[in-house]
Amino acid sequence: MIRLQDITKIYLIGKRELEVLRGVNLHIRQGEVVAIMGPSGSGKTTLLNLIGCLDVPTSGSYYLDGREVNRLSRGELAHIRAKKIGFVFQTFNLLPQLSALANVELGMRYAGIADSRRAMEALACVGLSDRARHRPSELSGGEQQRVAIARALVKRPPLILADEPTGNLDSRSGEEVISILTTLNTEQGNTLLFVTHDVNIAHHCQRIIHLKDGQVVAEETL
Amino acid sequence: MKKWFEPLFTAWEGVRTHKLRSSLTILGIIIGVAAVITLMSIGRGSSAEILSRIQALGSNLITIMPGMTFERGVMGPIGSATTLTLEDAVAISEQVPYVTSVAPYSSTNQQLVFGSENMNAQVIGVTPEYQQVYNLKTADGAFISPYDYQGAANVAVIGANVKDELFSGVDPIGQQIRMGNSVVSVMGVLESKGASMMGSTDDAMLIPLSTLQQTITQQRTSTGEHMVRSIAITVSDPKQADYVVSEVTSLLRSRHQLAPGEDDDFTVRSMEELVGTVTEMSNTMTIFLGAIAGISLLVGGIGVMNIMLVSVVERTREIGIRKALGAKERDIYGQFLTESAFLSLSGGVIGVAAGWATSWIISSRGTTTLVSPDIIILAVSVSIGIGLAFGFLPARRAARLNPIEALRYE
Repeated sequence: MIRLQDITKIYLIGKRELEVLRGVNLHIRQGEVVAIMGPSGSGKTTLLNLIGCLDVPTSGSYYLDGREVNRLSRGELAHIRAKKIGFVFQTFNLLPQLSALANVELGMRYAGIADSRRAMEALACVGLSDRARHRPSELSGGEQQRVAIARALVKRPPLILADEPTGNLDSRSGEEVISILTTLNTEQGNTLLFVTHDVNIAHHCQRIIHLKDGQVVAEETL
Repeated sequence: MKKWFEPLFTAWEGVRTHKLRSSLTILGIIIGVAAVITLMSIGRGSSAEILSRIQALGSNLITIMPGMTFERGVMGPIGSATTLTLEDAVAISEQVPYVTSVAPYSSTNQQLVFGSENMNAQVIGVTPEYQQVYNLKTADGAFISPYDYQGAANVAVIGANVKDELFSGVDPIGQQIRMGNSVVSVMGVLESKGASMMGSTDDAMLIPLSTLQQTITQQRTSTGEHMVRSIAITVSDPKQADYVVSEVTSLLRSRHQLAPGEDDDFTVRSMEELVGTVTEMSNTMTIFLGAIAGISLLVGGIGVMNIMLVSVVERTREIGIRKALGAKERDIYGQFLTESAFLSLSGGVIGVAAGWATSWIISSRGTTTLVSPDIIILAVSVSIGIGLAFGFLPARRAARLNPIEALRYE
């Protein structure tokens, strides 16, 4: 499903070049659950952003579902994000002025779907049917992250990307969030890729990729 | 259906979350639109008023004014010279076709005295035709008759204000007014016509032209003709006004012995022409008023832009989230343009109501105003246009944001 070949990413900070990724090769199959681990500054988030089509690599090739993505225009990238990718962020990134339900509906909107019932079902999936009318500020961190997962899942994307989804949660909520993500992976067969620091959480997945200084240094299959 | 509704809902959410800020922005547009509507309605109203007064004089009126003086190269105003004569008027009525009445007249300012009351008034020496030409009606008594004119009788017809000034509580008919060294007896009172561009007869006293020439001014030209200040003519058919103007011009040129190429020493103007001039003048005034009000609308528009720029910065993270969820640039454009159009359109609609109400209040205080549909359409579409134009830059800024940086924004 995902194939990365010699991916590099260089950011220009002022006049200084910052090489964040230095030749990453990666292959992820459909339906896999993969964790990316590594110290701060190892390029985990940059890699996830590239895979999520939020950014394009400086060099190298990225194939998503057999299609080379790094040559696409901004509009086409947005289309891929809308149709194929669901994001879960460390800081939840819900819109504070919208209710939980409206936030979930927003997840479908740019995919061109408008269906409140489906949004309610997604909330039910994460166990928040009774919180549909609440604003994010009225929900706990774990609940907010579950709303964010519902928002990512509601359009049924083949690929879910989670950037430290448990980073801002206590361990119990973190476990809950990970178990929801993995359960959905078993039920719906979507590919799940997440970045984490937490070894316990990483052990929920099938494969762990270790990243250091912008390169894949180790891979372990569980 | 819902998909169509979505951007409006999002815009409404954006407006609702910042009630005070949005209301103040809308207020800027309201003031601008209301000012445009009020000032333009005043402009339109006054031009309609002026036109209706001119038309009340009759569209078949033609006035002949003497030319201007040239003194040491300085051009005086129209009418500063005296070049027209009673004999010109007679020639016009005898020789120019389509002319129904010819009213030569002269005027002078005199101190009028009755008992212990006195006032300074314009005294106009007229012929009996003056009544038909200017549509004058007597409220009391009678107008100057041909008999009075031929006999240079010491009679007068007074305007409504003159009556009020000199004759409080006294029936003026038959009373004697002292005017300089002579005395005239009042034979009629004119109906009030209100103020007009042409000077009102309300403040004037009319006496036979022959009386005026004998008692006060006895001016003659070098050829011995009797000078008059102006000549007013009516034509039987307004469509022939231009023809009559050209006939009168050539007749007067030959009577005044002007060589070809020499300028006219008089000005002939038909009412239609005057209406055209006045219409043009008042249109210019309306546009001028509208432009002044338009400046406040422009300021309102800049307010919209300002707020939208603030809004974009404030919602950087939201834009990043939307982009991560797959929003295309045009979705973001749509969202912000809808919001700014929403702000300015609601300002426009409320502004129309406010402007209408203001015009209504102004007109109830006595100034004529006219709110016409085209002004409303103009104001509303300009306000939407302002929303789109001034919303464009902020919307573009939002649409072009890099999603990663936007998501990282605190």
